[in-house]
Amino acid sequence: MNRKFLSFPYLIWMAGFTLIPLLLIFYYGLTDRAGGFTLDNVKAISSPECIQALLRSLKLSCISTVICLILAYPLAMILKHSKSRNSFIVFIFILPMWMNFLLRTMAWQVLLDKNGVINNILSFIGLPSLNMINTTSAIVFGMVYNFLPFMVLPMYNVLSKISDDTIEAAHDLGANAFQTFIKVILPLSVPGIVSGITMVFVPALTTFVISDILGGGMILLIGNVIEQEFTFSNNWNLGSGLSLVLMIFIIISMIMIAIFDKDGEGTVF
Amino acid sequence: MNQPLIELNHISKYFGKTMVLDDLNLSVKENEFITLLGPSGCGKTTTLRIIGGFEKPTEGTVFFEGQDITNLPANKRNLNTVFQKYALFTHMSIAENIAFGLKIKNKPKSYIDDKIKYALKLVNLDGFEKRSVSSLSGGQQQRIAIARAIVNEPKLLLLDEPLGALDLKLRQDMQYELIRLKNELGITFIYVTHDQEEALTMSDTIVVMNQGYIQQMGTPEDIYNEPENAFVADFIGDSNIIDGIMLEDKLVEILGVKFPCVDTGFGRNKPVDVVIRPEDVDLLEPGKGRLEGVVTHIIFKGVHYEMEVNAGGFEWLVHSTDCHPVGSKVSISVEPFDIQIMNKPESEDEEAIGVDE
Ligand SMILES: Nc1ncnc2c1ncn2[C@@H]1O[C@H](COP(=O)(O)OP(=O)(O)O)[C@@H](O)[C@H]1O
Ligand SMILES: [Mg+2]
Repeated sequence: MNRKFLSFPYLIWMAGFTLIPLLLIFYYGLTDRAGGFTLDNVKAISSPECIQALLRSLKLSCISTVICLILAYPLAMILKHSKSRNSFIVFIFILPMWMNFLLRTMAWQVLLDKNGVINNILSFIGLPSLNMINTTSAIVFGMVYNFLPFMVLPMYNVLSKISDDTIEAAHDLGANAFQTFIKVILPLSVPGIVSGITMVFVPALTTFVISDILGGGMILLIGNVIEQEFTFSNNWNLGSGLSLVLMIFIIISMIMIAIFDKDGEGTVF
Repeated sequence: MNQPLIELNHISKYFGKTMVLDDLNLSVKENEFITLLGPSGCGKTTTLRIIGGFEKPTEGTVFFEGQDITNLPANKRNLNTVFQKYALFTHMSIAENIAFGLKIKNKPKSYIDDKIKYALKLVNLDGFEKRSVSSLSGGQQQRIAIARAIVNEPKLLLLDEPLGALDLKLRQDMQYELIRLKNELGITFIYVTHDQEEALTMSDTIVVMNQGYIQQMGTPEDIYNEPENAFVADFIGDSNIIDGIMLEDKLVEILGVKFPCVDTGFGRNKPVDVVIRPEDVDLLEPGKGRLEGVVTHIIFKGVHYEMEVNAGGFEWLVHSTDCHPVGSKVSISVEPFDIQIMNKPESEDEEAIGVDE
């Protein structure tokens, strides 16, 4: 009785900010402007414009996820073995997380711009200027930069749970450093890897801010298409319908986590 | 054959400036059950880790069958370790855990399967191949850790307080199991424990350590009956350690009273430590012994009564099957061969190595 009472505020929170918006998306996504049931909004994903944006989103978020994975694993290993000195390196990587997402992305816009800080420095030392802003590379860079900590943390979490005893036991049984990594450390860190992949892939797939700021609005991702339906076109039904399609990818990711991370080991927050 | 299996030669170990082992020499024969016994923090684990290859000594050499293995990495040593916290691979089944070392050595599958069966039988866990690590109790996990080590047929098995996390009953069962295993396998065990009863029960040889030094090495009987110094006497079982003066050969003065003993060669009027085990103190009727006293405490321990007797200004610990209620007057007597005379530590430094209480 008492307990139920205590959970009441959270239930309201969940209803107000998770359940109701979700229901609204379903409602709008499956109706037309007149309120009649239709699947047209969902089917709209097959229009060339949407397909192109979706494929581009998938491609860029996959690339970002792979880059994050390659960067994050060694970083998490360093963090696990760090004795204050190394952790400074990691600190530098994690530091941006405490800054506002929009601010740091805009900061990169200033840095990467044609007449931006980096090109100024390049021309100052007599090097040709680079075309960095408004490219897909800039978007990928922005994704990696923003989402890397979300890859590092779950990995660090699983790696730090592998006890020295376990690793020494592998050595004791004859495994060299490489065999120990392949047969013990890597399999034990799978939950963290899966969790990290999801935590980078899902936001990268759905982002519209990074592509807006670093892509200059020229390179549309599926997130931008949806955003435009809601804002410019004021077509909530179409926006919601496309969102439902995106949700399928998110659900697949969640299922992956559920399969690989049964004990919730990979989750940090 | 006379060559020792493992030999530690002038081993010292420092962690930073902290000395953990100081000029340790130890030689272990083949097929011996040797126990490193000492209080927590005395350097037992460090010694074992140096033998296992997980720690390099600051100075000194480790020989294995006459070969210098001081710098050989752990995975190249022909020995295995059973870790205190089991350290099983949680992402593998029991069978995979046991097969780990054999797969690394590329043994054929049929050989590995046979070995798994054999090892599980040996630790009384037949049919556990498919089970997951988390479904096993602590005692079962420890058995698997042992099985995982012995399938590799090491010449030497290192065990670091393997029973430390188990409850008393299970610990006693496992003690007998380990002795049986050792006899069946015929391999050398180096066993670490801080539990003196465990050491006395299981070992061929006990090495008593304190603060990085070996205090005494010998058979359980030697260590118990003839402790070489007050630390060993105090650490192994209960004992009364009393200041005494060796008046002449075979006569010692304790608490102002002369007691005949059997020790010789201490010289005349030499201050010594006198050790008397509680079960060796005889309580007689008042006036019939050497030292008069009063019983101040009594507890029934099952096999015997444990009493404290105030006599000559010293609280004597006495074990006896006779009951003397609190307040009753008794007289203390000790047979000459039950009195153990030991030199006092010579310097303050040595004192520090001795009884640290
Ligand atoms: N890696 C280490 N770094 C610093 N000090 C250590 C380390 N390992 C052990 N010690 C110290 O060495 C001493 C002996 O430790 P240990 O060999 O584990 O003792 P035991 O196993 O007998 O309890 C302890 O004082 C411990 O604090
Ligand atoms: Mg220890």
